[in-house]
Amino acid sequence: MTLANPSELAQSHPGNLQPEGWLRYFSFSLDHKVIGIQYLVCGFIFYLIGGALAGVIRTELASPMADFVSRETYNEVLTLHGTVMIFLWIVPVVNGGFGNYLIPFYVGARDMAFPRLNAVAFWLIPPAGILLISSYFLAGAAAQSGWTAYPPLSLTTPAAGQVVWILSVLLLGGSSIFGGINFIATILKLRRPGLGLMQMPMYCWAMLGTSILVVLSTPVLAGTLIMLSFDIIAHTGFFNPALGGNVVVYQHLFWFYSHPAVYIMVLPAFGLVSEILPIHARKPLFGYVTMVYSIMAIVVLGLIVWAHHMFTSGTPPWMRLFFTIATSFIAVPTGIKFFNWLATLWGGKIALNSAMLFACAFIVNFVFGGITGVALAQVPFDIHVHDTYFVVGHFHYIVYGGTVFVVFASLYHWYPKFTGRLLNEDLGRLHFLLTFIGFNLCFAPQHWLGLNGMPRRVAEYDPSFTTLNQVSSVGALLMAISTIPLLINVVLTAFKGDIAGDNPWNALTPEWLTSSPPPVENWLGEAPLVTEPYGYGHTPDKEPSNPSVNQVA
Amino acid sequence: MTSLSNLADSNLSGSDLPDSELTKSNPHPTDHAPSHGDFRLFGLATFLVADGMTFAGFFAAYLTFRAVNPLPEGSSYELELLLPTINTLILIVSSLTFHQAGKACRANQLAKARTWLMVTGGLGVAFLASQMVEYFSLPFGLTDNLFASTFYALTGFHGLHVTLGVICIAIVTLQTRSNGRITATDHFGLEAAELYWHFVDGIWVVLYGILYLL
Ligand code: HEM
Ligand SMILES: [Cu+2]
Repeated sequence: MTLANPSELAQSHPGNLQPEGWLRYFSFSLDHKVIGIQYLVCGFIFYLIGGALAGVIRTELASPMADFVSRETYNEVLTLHGTVMIFLWIVPVVNGGFGNYLIPFYVGARDMAFPRLNAVAFWLIPPAGILLISSYFLAGAAAQSGWTAYPPLSLTTPAAGQVVWILSVLLLGGSSIFGGINFIATILKLRRPGLGLMQMPMYCWAMLGTSILVVLSTPVLAGTLIMLSFDIIAHTGFFNPALGGNVVVYQHLFWFYSHPAVYIMVLPAFGLVSEILPIHARKPLFGYVTMVYSIMAIVVLGLIVWAHHMFTSGTPPWMRLFFTIATSFIAVPTGIKFFNWLATLWGGKIALNSAMLFACAFIVNFVFGGITGVALAQVPFDIHVHDTYFVVGHFHYIVYGGTVFVVFASLYHWYPKFTGRLLNEDLGRLHFLLTFIGFNLCFAPQHWLGLNGMPRRVAEYDPSFTTLNQVSSVGALLMAISTIPLLINVVLTAFKGDIAGDNPWNALTPEWLTSSPPPVENWLGEAPLVTEPYGYGHTPDKEPSNPSVNQVA
Repeated sequence: MTSLSNLADSNLSGSDLPDSELTKSNPHPTDHAPSHGDFRLFGLATFLVADGMTFAGFFAAYLTFRAVNPLPEGSSYELELLLPTINTLILIVSSLTFHQAGKACRANQLAKARTWLMVTGGLGVAFLASQMVEYFSLPFGLTDNLFASTFYALTGFHGLHVTLGVICIAIVTLQTRSNGRITATDHFGLEAAELYWHFVDGIWVVLYGILYLL
């Protein structure tokens, strides 16, 4: 394979270069790279909104009484925070954002399988988000029943806000399903001839597994929420005990989606981190095959563990037994991935830049959240801490310490690809330091609070919990401050950052074998065939050893 | 926008044709080349898996309700069987007639295909009509009890699918007219509608078994 001199080709096909101008980011663009950036920026705006809501929560909890906001407002803020962070930030960003940008590169395609569907999937998100947040102002009261919307609570809180919440989540679910279909088709059907499944970069496998979960589980949530909205609007009694309905059925259906949903949030992060670690450690990804099988094992197991969220919902003993065992089993494939990442780092020539700092911190945080997860899977322990701050600590270690840390790592890693400029390292390290300290300060104490019995989802608490809550709030303040260097960095760099060159990390994966930012067709010549995406370290650090990419270096 | 349509052209890659040839042979920038018709069917099939999971959720809810939630005095799970059985037959036959339409189309007998399509669409309408008759003769309404609600939710959701299917059949029928979009070699619309219709019929058979027979 040869790559023509890019500048020559650029002259002969002027129309093939990216249309200039930022306006295309506000258009119904079909370019997967534009859509990817749209997801990322849109998601980041919602991250700031969700973060502001978290600020309200932590300010309220800095003192034992509900003195900052009323209890009703607290519940609205809490519900909006969870819903925004999950459905408008994490899921769209690690799936739609990085997925759209990277997957076509990784499979050697010029776009996703269904570009129009892709654009539709993205454009469902802003209206859904605006709808959700505006319910706070328009419907009189936003939903107050948490991101889980358990009935009968969701049937007794103000109806208008709850209905808007359902509508918004349905739109976001639709977006997610369209995206999942597109990823499955792209990865399975659009691979460049010659590229085998077991030669794909790991993120492709992660997105394939994630998309299978999306397609199998999200529709169940949609059906469940439609039934819930019937209960609210038409006064049917599906989940209304007063009308002979059954609340536990709602919980089963909800968690049939929402446990897989935690993997929809974390599997793509596993994939992204598997791309970042080898490049900055200059070593091949350890245990490629076991990585692939672990992802698939997590997909299968992830579909049969949902009732571990329901150990206190009157589940019969056999069900508790089954779900405890199945859940504990998930630790096996997860542990395999964990040790593979460590082995990838072992003896590597590690560049501890911002991307790598966040990626390594991910490993630390994630293993901690994984351990508390396995603890929670044990019924006797879970009965003690269910619905306490211990659970809040657990899932923030995974969702924030895991996925959000990887999002930041990915931002530092791929920003040069998006813009052609390198983010500033000093600001990046400051961002990392503040985030890492703030995060641990915020969420580690919540495990103690939970073990000592502080319930979650309350605006007021026993004064004996005050000190730890204040530590947690200080941590939250640090996390809020940490976004300042990040924002400065991202905005300033876009205009006057150091020019990155096409391949600043000397990487082998196909997205780097083209200009930065890439042309509309991704590569000016034919798509490169990269059969060994992690071939680092054969000839230490100088020439990439992969024959198919020699001309590029 | 020119470069965008260029882009849409080139995303046909994954085929071994060089992009330039694909661009030439494919007049609609965002349509897929004929050789990739099955590609879109693959996408549709994936969507139908998702759709099937929605039904699976409803079925699971229904079966659990039925197993653990007693109905109030005087109501029961028994349903009149005659009409739904006729409905089941109607849908099964309509699947066969759609299959005939597909076969005729592939054999380049478009007129025949159109006739079979019209028969299929007619059967679909007959199904919806008889479903309406059933609805109005039932002794319970949407909110009467848990069974009634689940019954209407399931059959209503399925009825929506049938309605959508009938609309698709009508569109496809129009497209088989001379110089229409559907030809013996390019008939993605017909194949997609057929796949969807078989799916909707299959769901009905499961629904009939669970809701009426069980
Ligand atoms: C080794 C893997 C994991 C195990 C064994 C595990 C186990 C558990 C258990 C048993 C609970 C229920 C606690 C309770 O409510 O009493 C729970 C809650 C939760 N987990 Fe995990 N988990 C694991 C990984 C994850 C991952 C990867 C994520 C997200 C990316 C996650 C997110 C959550 C969330 C959001 C909740 C709380 C849901 C709520 O009630 O609002 N977990 N986990
Ligand atoms: Cu779970």
